[in-house]
Amino acid sequence: MSWTGKILRVDLAAGTCTSEATNMEWAHDYMGQRGLATKYLVEETDPKVDPFSPDNKMIFATGPLTGTIAPTSGRWSVVCKGPLTGAIACSNSGGFFGAELKNAGWDMVIFEGKSASPVYLDITNDQAELKDASDLWGKSVWETEASLRERRGDPDVRVASIGLAGENGVLYAAIVNDLDRAAGRSGVGAVMGSKNLKAVVVRGTVGVTVNDPMALMKTSNVAKEILAEHAVTGTGLPTHGTQVLMNVVNEVGALPTHNSRDVQFDGASDIGAEAMAEVRESDGEANLVSNHACFGCPISCARRSKIDPTHFTVKDKPQYQIVSGGLEYEAAWAMGAANGVNDLEALTYANFICNEQGLDPISLGSTIAAAMELYSTGAITQEDTGGVALEFGDTKAFVAMVEATARGEGFGKELGQGSLRLCEKYGHPEFSMTIKGQEFPAYDPRAIQGMGLAYASSNRGGCHLRGYTVSSEVLGLPEKTDPLVTEGKAGLVKAFQDLTAGVDSSGTCIFTTFALSGDDIAPMVDASCDGDWSVERFVEVGERIWNMERQYNIAAGFTGADDTLPERLLKDAAKSGPAKGSVNRLHEMLPEYYELRGWDASGVPTAETLGRLGL
Amino acid sequence: MSANHHNMKITFKLFAGLSAYLPSDATRNSTEIDVQLGETVHQVIDRFNVPREEAHLVMVNGIYISPEQRDLSEIRAGDTLAIWPPVAGG
Ligand code: SF4
Repeated sequence: MSWTGKILRVDLAAGTCTSEATNMEWAHDYMGQRGLATKYLVEETDPKVDPFSPDNKMIFATGPLTGTIAPTSGRWSVVCKGPLTGAIACSNSGGFFGAELKNAGWDMVIFEGKSASPVYLDITNDQAELKDASDLWGKSVWETEASLRERRGDPDVRVASIGLAGENGVLYAAIVNDLDRAAGRSGVGAVMGSKNLKAVVVRGTVGVTVNDPMALMKTSNVAKEILAEHAVTGTGLPTHGTQVLMNVVNEVGALPTHNSRDVQFDGASDIGAEAMAEVRESDGEANLVSNHACFGCPISCARRSKIDPTHFTVKDKPQYQIVSGGLEYEAAWAMGAANGVNDLEALTYANFICNEQGLDPISLGSTIAAAMELYSTGAITQEDTGGVALEFGDTKAFVAMVEATARGEGFGKELGQGSLRLCEKYGHPEFSMTIKGQEFPAYDPRAIQGMGLAYASSNRGGCHLRGYTVSSEVLGLPEKTDPLVTEGKAGLVKAFQDLTAGVDSSGTCIFTTFALSGDDIAPMVDASCDGDWSVERFVEVGERIWNMERQYNIAAGFTGADDTLPERLLKDAAKSGPAKGSVNRLHEMLPEYYELRGWDASGVPTAETLGRLGL
Repeated sequence: MSANHHNMKITFKLFAGLSAYLPSDATRNSTEIDVQLGETVHQVIDRFNVPREEAHLVMVNGIYISPEQRDLSEIRAGDTLAIWPPVAGG
C-alpha cells in the first residue's frame, strides 16, 4: 500500500489507455517516482534509442508518499531518454498535479509511441481517454491550462502541458504544471512534443491508502515539527525563497558570471531575494508579492511576483501585468549573472515567459550567455542574431533572445538547440558551459570543489540537484566543510547522491533535507508502505538507482571520459574572490569517487558492485 | 595621537533576516563602518546587536569564519564582513 498498485499505459499510436498492475517487486527495490520509472524505462526501451523516436517512452511517475499527508508530498517526476544529453532524463516537479494523479489511483503513466495528430490525455480517477488537441496546438501553457479547465468545467482539475518550446523541439523544453511548476530540465517537454501530446488533465478523488495511518500521522507530525522549527525550512525558505543564495554565492566567489569568465557579479545584489522584497519607486510595490506552497508543503519556498507595470517588458502587455511564479535562484542566476543582466524586472519577465511557453531557464540563460561570448569574440555577428547587438549586460538584447527562443523565431531557433550545439556550430565548443551536453547551474566549481565532482558525475548532465554539496560546502548544513579543498569531497558527493536518489523516489521534496535526515524520512515511507523501510534500505535503494542510471548511460554510449567539466573550469583560474587563482581539481576527486562507488578505473560498475545491489 | 587614528573602514553586510540590524544608511544590505584596531569578528557582531546564535554564516572576504575563530580573528582595514542567518536554496 501507499503505491496504488496501478499503472496507466497510454499507446499514443493506437490511441488506447490500459490499466495494468504495478510490478511490486520493482517497487520494493526502486521505491517509486525517479527509481521505479527509470526501472521501467530500462526494462522497456533500448538505451540507444533516438530520444525523439516513437520508441522512446516517457513516464509520469509519483512516489509512495505523493498525495499522502507526509510534508512536501506533492512531488512527481518525468523520466525518459533526454534529447539535450542523450542520457537518462529525470525531471522533478512540485505543484499539485502529481498528488492529483496519485489520488486518481495511478502510480505512473507510461506514454509510448507517437500520436498521428495532437492529443491530450484526460483522466478522471480510473477513466482515461486520449482526446483531440488540434485546437490547443500552438497555444501556451497558460492558455492550455485555462482552456482545459474550462472545458472540464471543474476548477479542481490539474494540468501538465507543454508550450511552444515543447512543440518546437527546443532541446531544453519543460513540462509545466499548475502554471509555474516545472519538470524543467533535459528537454522532457520536447519529448512530450515529439509524441504530439500537448497536455494531461487529471482529477482524482479516490484517495491514497497507506499501510499504517496512525504511524504515518505520527512520523509526519515529527517531520513537520522539525521543518517548522528549523531556521532554514521554518523561516529562511518561506521568507526569502531560494533567491537568498544570490548574495551568498556571490560573496564566496562562486557565481558564474559572463558565461563563467568571472566568478562574481557586480549586479548580484540587484537581483537577489533582498532586492525582490524592496519597494519599487515607480509603483510603490515590491517585485515579491507573496510566497507559495506546493501540495502538502509547510515550507512554502515558491515565489509570487508582479512585474513593475511601467517596465519596458510589460508596459504594453497587460497579460503579463499579473501575479505569477517569481524568480528562483537558478533562474535569476542563469538569466541574470551569466549574462551580466542586473534588471530584476526583466528577469522576472523572462521567467514568466519560461513558465508560459515551457522552457528551462537554466539552459536558456546559459545558452544566451554562450551566444554573448560568441558575439564578443566576433564568432557571430548581428547578421546571425537578426540585428541584435548581443553584448553582455544588454537587457534589451537578452529579452529579445528570450522571446525569439520561446517563439522559435530567427536566431531563437539556434538558441533552442542549447549551448553545446550552438558553440560547436560556430567553432567554439569551449564556450559551452555544459556537462554531458547539459548546462550546469549556479555554482562555480572553481570556488566549490565538490560541485565540480557532483556536476561531472551527474547522471543527467550538468545539475545541482543530484548531489547538492553546496549545502555543506557553503551553507554549513548539516555541517560546514571547506569549499576550496578536495579532500573528503568524493565521499560527500556520493552520500548526497544516494540520499537524494532516495528522496526523489519517495514523493517528497529534496528541500526537506536541509532540516530532515534519512532518519526522519524513511520512517514515513515505512509507515506508508508494505515492507520494512529502514534508513539503510532507503539509502541502499538510492545507491541502486544511481548505479542503474549509470548503467543506462553506459549502454547509451557514455564513458568515464564524459565525467568531466568544461575546460574553462579546469584550466582558467578564478579571477576574484576566495578562489582567486584556483581551478577545479576534479582529477583529485574522481578516482576516489569511482573507488567509493565500487566502479573500475574507467568508471564502470564492477560485477561485484552490481551483484551487491541486485542489478 | 587621537583615537580616531586607530579607526579603520570596513564593508559590513547583513542579509536575509539580519538586515534589520544594519545601520540606516545601508543600501542593498551593505554599508561602510569604522572598526577599532584589534576589534574581533564577535565584537563587531555584538556591537550591532546581531544575536550570536543567528550569525550562522560569517564571512570575511568571502571566507567562512567558524564560531571558534570569531573571538580571535581581527578585522583589518578594507575587509568585508558579511553575515547570514541559516539560509539555503538550490
Ligand atoms: S519546499 Fe518549495 S519546492 Fe519543495 S515542495 Fe515546498 S514549496 Fe514546493
